[in-house]
Amino acid sequence: MELQTWIYLAVGGTFALYMGIAVWARAGSTKEFYVAGGGVNPVANGMATAADWMSAASFISMAGLIAFKGYDASAYLMGWTGGYVLLALLLAPYLRKFGKFTVPEFIGDRYYSQTARLVAVLCLIVASITYVIGQMKGVGVAFGRFLEVDFETGVLIGMAIVFFYAVLGGMKGITYTQIAQYCVLIFAYTVPAIFISMQLTGNPLPQLGLGSTLSDGSGMAVLEKLDKIVMDLGFSQYTEAQGAMLNTFLLTASLMIGTAGLPHVIIRFFTVPKVSDARKSAGWALVFIAILYTTAPAVGAMARMNLMDTIQTGPIGDPQANLVYEERPQWMRNWETTGLLQYEDKNGDGRIQYYNDQNPEFAAKAAAFGWKGNEMVKVDRDIMVLANPEIAKLPNWVIALVAAGGLAAALSTAAGLLLAISSSISHDLLKGTFMPNISEKGELMAGRIAMAGAIVVAGYLGMNPPGFAAQVVALAFGLAASSIFPALMMGIFSKRINKAGAICGMLSGLLFTLIYIFVYKGWFFVVGTNMLPNTPESWVLGIAPESIGAVGALVNFTVAFLVSRVTAAPPVHIQELVESIRVPRGAGTAHAH
Amino acid sequence: MSLPEKAEAYWKANISLVIKLMVVWFVVSFGCGILFVDALNSISIGGIKLGFFFAQQGSIYVFVGLIFYYVWKMGQIDREFDVHED
Repeated sequence: MELQTWIYLAVGGTFALYMGIAVWARAGSTKEFYVAGGGVNPVANGMATAADWMSAASFISMAGLIAFKGYDASAYLMGWTGGYVLLALLLAPYLRKFGKFTVPEFIGDRYYSQTARLVAVLCLIVASITYVIGQMKGVGVAFGRFLEVDFETGVLIGMAIVFFYAVLGGMKGITYTQIAQYCVLIFAYTVPAIFISMQLTGNPLPQLGLGSTLSDGSGMAVLEKLDKIVMDLGFSQYTEAQGAMLNTFLLTASLMIGTAGLPHVIIRFFTVPKVSDARKSAGWALVFIAILYTTAPAVGAMARMNLMDTIQTGPIGDPQANLVYEERPQWMRNWETTGLLQYEDKNGDGRIQYYNDQNPEFAAKAAAFGWKGNEMVKVDRDIMVLANPEIAKLPNWVIALVAAGGLAAALSTAAGLLLAISSSISHDLLKGTFMPNISEKGELMAGRIAMAGAIVVAGYLGMNPPGFAAQVVALAFGLAASSIFPALMMGIFSKRINKAGAICGMLSGLLFTLIYIFVYKGWFFVVGTNMLPNTPESWVLGIAPESIGAVGALVNFTVAFLVSRVTAAPPVHIQELVESIRVPRGAGTAHAH
Repeated sequence: MSLPEKAEAYWKANISLVIKLMVVWFVVSFGCGILFVDALNSISIGGIKLGFFFAQQGSIYVFVGLIFYYVWKMGQIDREFDVHED
């Protein structure tokens, strides 16, 4: 069958499935809308959490990042998985015992303060909106490449699908579609990886393939050969650290703490029946996430090797050993039309030279070969996963599957984020603050309207991305790490942290982090308003704006502790609340006030 | 034990378990994957340097193990102090 037919079949089939689930899983009460009724099986919730968590960035961008950064991309692998240990050990079971609907609600109750709740709502909305724009963009790109519709139409189709199941079903609809989406995305990710690992090493498990010997007869291991290929062409060594250790350390810490503090992930743990289920569910979530995250390093390394080998076909310096441009494979032609891959024949020999022309040590060699600069002027990292099946010459149905998988990853994360946004609007702002007397039916309607509004805003911003849209790692993770996580953790582990301490802590962590980001990235990300150049030389101690969240968290903890010490202890009923959330018994199901 | 004493003992047991697990969490990721990565890279297992392995694979496997150990051990502690559900 034609590739295009397969793609319509795969994407159309999965979309029909999501719609079917939407009709079946309609929400009838606020409890169903916010926490899927509170009766989700912990393994099923783990699967939904994995889809909720793994976004277009995990599915499409991460392996590409690993392919081009090698060891230095490890911060993302460890950061985005290690956060689940924090979540399981420090937050999820206790917040489940608390048994309410939203993250700001816990902060408001524990710190007996409407102000604290509103600060949390603000952080939640900024972090989630930043995050969701990237998902909408991912949907548009995937449609553009695979279904040959333009970007805006792609975003609109994505919005329509999410609208259908998120507005109708709320958390209930989202939970069951996320389970389906996890199955689609993990199948789509691992199948090409297994094929490629088989081709290169003969080992069907990509995780083991990464450490195996190549089956090309060279007797070299995958990573050994890759190190050699990239270094021979002047690139930096794949398996060794290139960036500064302090920055890698803090980036990893910021991503871990940020992961544990992201509200759209936390609220998934409100949907299980018991405290012990929340613990189990975090473990299952990490199992399902780890299947993709341990495959990604193999995909990255093998895709990089395939790419280099395709272009450099023989000994470096031999004029015959570079790919003739006119004889390039079909996948290169396909990606050139999208602009993500660009070639420029600088020395006019009709062949492709792909090397690091920024490396002064390699420059003399390159000049002696008659090379006049790197001719692959653009190799977008994101194509590594998407082009992977084509590079490995896999059958058309696998390519179609990858298209459906990318869409599943983007849509499932978008829906989770939209629910976090809409529940904080209808439950924290309306019911909790401005219209406390609203009926349950009214609140459910408000939830649906907030969801619809959030989808429209996210879609609009996806089509017209503002400056902050690209700053997911810095902004969303920075906010979650510096404001939300410390407030939640101290609320559980300390009875002494009071209202003044928590508010001062959140605000100082938040301001510290935002100012550090703005100084290097521009005030409110307006281009040209940055006060210092965003380069490693001008960063304080070499700490990138993406890595500052962990320091912001430390500021938050310190300020909250000091302010709480010099002000009055929390009232007795709050101390009793803390005592009760520490004990599993008597969790009951999630409930409203 | 009186009720508040029992609650305190339960919380202590919980905290001590969490601290132990957090130490392992720190050592496999920040330790083996970042701080001591160069030293560990001098050892290769199969075709993969040990430090690189911890940074891109090993730490993740340990994280999974840590959470399930926590689930199992906390279940035991819950029953021991009679605070388990149903």
